[in-house]
Amino acid sequence: VSVSIKPAPTHSSASGGGSADLGREPNKVKPRSFRASDASALFGSMLAAAALVWLLFGVLLPVDNTAMASLAWMATFLLTYRFALKHTEGVLVARDRVMAVVVGALAAIVLAALTSIVIFVTVRGIKYLSTTFFTQTMEFTGPVDPSTEGGIAHALVGTLQQILLATLISVPLGVLTAVYLNEVGGRFSRSVRMFVNAMSGVPSIVAGLFIFATMNVGLGWSFSGFQAALALSILMLPTVTRTSEEILRLVPGGLREASLALGSTEWRSTWQVVLPTAKTGIVTAVILGVARVIGETAPLFMTAGGSPVMNANPFEGAQESLPLYIFRQVKQFSNEQTIPRGFAAALVLLVLVLVLFVTARAIARPKVERTGRKWRRRPRRSRTRGHRAGTSLASGTARGRRGAHRKPRLRRPSQRGAQRSTANPTSTEEEAL
Amino acid sequence: MGDLIFRGVARTAGFTVGFVLFLIGLFLLIRAIPALQSEGFSFLTTFEWTSETFGIGAILYWTVVIALVALVVAVPMAIAVALFIVEYAPPRLRKLFTSLIDLLAAVPSLIFGIWGFYYLQPKIIPLSRWLSERFSFIPIFASERGLFSSSAFIAGVVVSLMVLPITTAVIREVFSRVPPGEKEAALALGATRWGMIRTVVLPFGRGGIIGGAMLGLGRALGETIAVYIIISPIFTISPRILDLGANSIAAHIALRFGEAAADPQQLSGLMAAGLVLFLVTLGVNAVASVVVGRSRSAKGVEL
Repeated sequence: VSVSIKPAPTHSSASGGGSADLGREPNKVKPRSFRASDASALFGSMLAAAALVWLLFGVLLPVDNTAMASLAWMATFLLTYRFALKHTEGVLVARDRVMAVVVGALAAIVLAALTSIVIFVTVRGIKYLSTTFFTQTMEFTGPVDPSTEGGIAHALVGTLQQILLATLISVPLGVLTAVYLNEVGGRFSRSVRMFVNAMSGVPSIVAGLFIFATMNVGLGWSFSGFQAALALSILMLPTVTRTSEEILRLVPGGLREASLALGSTEWRSTWQVVLPTAKTGIVTAVILGVARVIGETAPLFMTAGGSPVMNANPFEGAQESLPLYIFRQVKQFSNEQTIPRGFAAALVLLVLVLVLFVTARAIARPKVERTGRKWRRRPRRSRTRGHRAGTSLASGTARGRRGAHRKPRLRRPSQRGAQRSTANPTSTEEEAL
Repeated sequence: MGDLIFRGVARTAGFTVGFVLFLIGLFLLIRAIPALQSEGFSFLTTFEWTSETFGIGAILYWTVVIALVALVVAVPMAIAVALFIVEYAPPRLRKLFTSLIDLLAAVPSLIFGIWGFYYLQPKIIPLSRWLSERFSFIPIFASERGLFSSSAFIAGVVVSLMVLPITTAVIREVFSRVPPGEKEAALALGATRWGMIRTVVLPFGRGGIIGGAMLGLGRALGETIAVYIIISPIFTISPRILDLGANSIAAHIALRFGEAAADPQQLSGLMAAGLVLFLVTLGVNAVASVVVGRSRSAKGVEL
């Protein structure tokens, strides 16, 4: 089959509204991206490559290394595959198929890395999880005591208090900043947005160093959980701000206008209309912020300090935290007795992060669908006005209309809306989350 | 009246962010002054760190090397993952994959560190050995002692996984904005999917790729705990990335903090190192946002 006759193998899954339109035409030939002969080329090349690698690594020069062997197999496979396709389908198709395999393989490697992290920590950690591990502290357990002794109770308490305090500091500030960026606006909103972006790039150790420089060196305080909370809130703030801003942006302008038209002040319409509408989204923002900082270790060296005993007062005295605990057991003491304990604590931390992450998704999803339907209901009643506004929550029409009488602060959202209007509305929402 | 207060409060919150940033720079600078005065310009060029003389010459060098290794690994992977999500994956898988990449971003850096040290390192060492045996004529692959653990290369590979999510997010956002018309035009002219990607998607997304890479660079430079766990600190510079030993500003601060807490001069040196790190990451991020802001594709992409 020559290349020019063969339909482009890719069209069916190429994105965009255009191909969907084409799909509706009656005499459209549906191009298939994968045929029987392709399968034979693919699996044949895989087999050939496997045979060659086995011959090389297993028989001719025995090397006992799976990683190297699989790399070699991948390279051989790609070469064989390309060679086979070039002869049957031509060079263009060969290139296309080989690149598809390369892209898929790289994506699979990333996925494999993630899975291997989860599996590795689970396998190494699960053996030493026990109830006493959650109820004991390290007060009576030294570095050489057996792994079955000691626990993370003090670390859990410390982490909980520090995260709670950091949330109390950064969430009001972050949500207010988001409100400023999206609802109030003004001359400085561009620079504030810039600051938020810059802050999200601040290395975590610098945040810790800053708190140490101000609190310990400057004010003469000693380590405490509160200082850790301050350092963590610096790291949490940009996440909370940016996620809540994305959420506020999805609140339809019509709601704001209706509230303002009924005579409420800007403050009331923000507090009673905009924020309640975005409530679950803001909860998501908080959870993502917590997930961002719960595993932070570096700033805690300089702020919480770490301690083997229970300290339930975050405002006084050095306090332990889960990441510090793991770090100390695995890296600092680093012997056969402490490392398993560290891995068990790492498993607890990983599970916490996973739970937070899944919760954030679970909270975000139904809300988006529900509101999506609610807003979409309107166009059915009056097709002319609400139609576009209903199709895309963040879309240009609603924003644009709002922009007509309140230009300066709305320039940005309307731009975004216009750019995004091609995208599927639900996917736009979920990207924002 | 109420509105004035409301606006005022919101504006104050917004400015607090900028104020905190300013304070970070200011306080680090104040605390760094004693060290900068005693060391002068040689703070940036000295290759040792004792309580008398110290400088970040070698540390800065290795910080950049680790970050570059991370980028060399992460950027092609990020492009591939973004292409996979936007162009190749079926719609259902697309969402799942995006979530999984976000999950990768949520994994704490400490866990990357212990995974890298205990799991990945034994797997990478044979590769390092093979590279150094076959390609020792290339300076970066040469090896002096034949010890391949705790190297800049391993640290870079682990850090690459940590910068991957943010780089992928920017690139994916840009790729998903490629005008469908241009893609369909390429396909209609007979291009294969790869031909379309090469001629339309990649050129359109160039700004986003560069911006995402820079953003990843900013993250990689500031990575602390994973690097700390993996590397074994050295104070000389060499091009041999596979060899035992490397360093990084952030890891160095974490490592020396304990002993420096009782030594004001050394503490001041660490503050100065922190200041340098802060300024470098700010600079890199600023350049990233300028690059992204200027390109046709990435206008309006949030960094």
